[in-house]
Amino acid sequence: MLDDLMQFSFLQHAFLSAILVSIAVGIIGSLIVVNRMVFLAGGIAHSAFGGIGIALFFNLPLLATTSVFSIFIAIILTYLILYQKQKVDSYIGVIWAGGMALGLILGDLSPGYHIDMMSYLFGSILSVSTEDLYFMFILDIFIIGIVMIFYPIFLSLSYDLSFAKLRGIRVGLYYLILMILTALTIIVAIRAVGLILVMALLTIPTYMGEALSRSLSKMMIISSLLALLFSFIGLVVSYYFDISSGASIIAVSVISFILFHIAQRIKL
Amino acid sequence: MQKSIINIQNLCFTYRVSLILDTINLNIYDKDFLAIIGPNGGGKSTLLKLIIGFLKPNKGKIEISKNQQLAYVPQNININIGFPITALEVVLMGLVHNKQFFSYTKAQKELALEALTKVDMHDFFNKKIEDFSGGQRQRIFIARALISKPSILLLDEPTASIDKIGQKKIYELLKILNKEMTIIVISHDLSVTLEYANRAAYLNQSLIMHENIKAYETKEDHFCEIELLNTLSEVVSEHKCPSC
Repeated sequence: MLDDLMQFSFLQHAFLSAILVSIAVGIIGSLIVVNRMVFLAGGIAHSAFGGIGIALFFNLPLLATTSVFSIFIAIILTYLILYQKQKVDSYIGVIWAGGMALGLILGDLSPGYHIDMMSYLFGSILSVSTEDLYFMFILDIFIIGIVMIFYPIFLSLSYDLSFAKLRGIRVGLYYLILMILTALTIIVAIRAVGLILVMALLTIPTYMGEALSRSLSKMMIISSLLALLFSFIGLVVSYYFDISSGASIIAVSVISFILFHIAQRIKL
Repeated sequence: MQKSIINIQNLCFTYRVSLILDTINLNIYDKDFLAIIGPNGGGKSTLLKLIIGFLKPNKGKIEISKNQQLAYVPQNININIGFPITALEVVLMGLVHNKQFFSYTKAQKELALEALTKVDMHDFFNKKIEDFSGGQRQRIFIARALISKPSILLLDEPTASIDKIGQKKIYELLKILNKEMTIIVISHDLSVTLEYANRAAYLNQSLIMHENIKAYETKEDHFCEIELLNTLSEVVSEHKCPSC
């Protein structure tokens, strides 16, 4: 495998993109998990499919179009959690399924390869291009920068929302920022693991990270490292067994999750 | 005559269609230790939230003297219990504002350690919040309020879900803090609260003030809840609300 890694740029791209995805999912996944927003993130992830459909149908640049579409969805969802909290679950369901349907319909109507649509659902880490890598790198820098700047504020509103409000923190604004960062993280992960499987990377490493850390920043670092570990092992497994890389990465994560859970139970 | 630092006049608060607080008049004086007692749903937490400005009154006004700094300890300290956050970080939250970027300064961290020292939790500043007992966690939340150097400390049921020894420790702490600041505390534990408070307000939609609660203590220097409840119920039945 090492020989192939030296020889083939697509393998190098796969490992580089695994690093970039892991950084984003570790940081943002931690914020999503501690804010109990996994279902919201699921809504954004799946509805992003609509953005892919739009890009294919109108022949627009894919990652940029999907980013804009997902940010738009993130803004709507932020409005709903702030002002329609009672019914937000139902609305997320509508956005979740509606976005996917939009993507499928536009995909059907687009000329060319329909097989492409599947690769966005389940990822195709072996076909990551150099431009994709640059795009992911820039998004990563942006995500890290924003989270570092607002870290004390994110920490306080995640831990105790009403106290943060009492301190005059503009909760709505920071929820919006968090939702947009979630959308961008999902875009980063589209190529590597796809829209459906990204949920596992947002939640499994962070579940373990939360239990292993004393602070949110440590949780972010541990989660990123775990995501990276699962991705690398998953890639190697997929290489040797010739199975889908995205599914392989998630399978490794799920097995690790179960082992971690058992280990915790035994200790208790 | 003592000067009041919080002056509440004809305060009314309605939530949707139900009247929560009816024509409340209350003066709170410097270095008071005021206990707010009364049944569930009587409006105790609402009154506290109105004082700290978290809710706006429908009628009446709340005047707080200048230079008074309020700090609030909320009721539920068991939120997000598994959250990865240390005691020090919880206390630092008491200083967070919209321009608190990147991290807290060294000076702010020293203030947090100072606040933790006041509640006798200094040694555990780096421990994860879930590893504390209920009483210890409550003391950390009090430190979060103390870090902003308040002159008035408001606490909403600080001893709910804490064992008896822990409760006693909290009230001993409040007694010490009372030397420097005004304390307003909501509580269910009548006997404990009234042992430490100098005034008590009974709140059940309308408010009845008890200026000299030491009078309710029996001869054995023990506080008798039954006597108090009897007295209170008599007062309540005689009480006529001016707006009724």
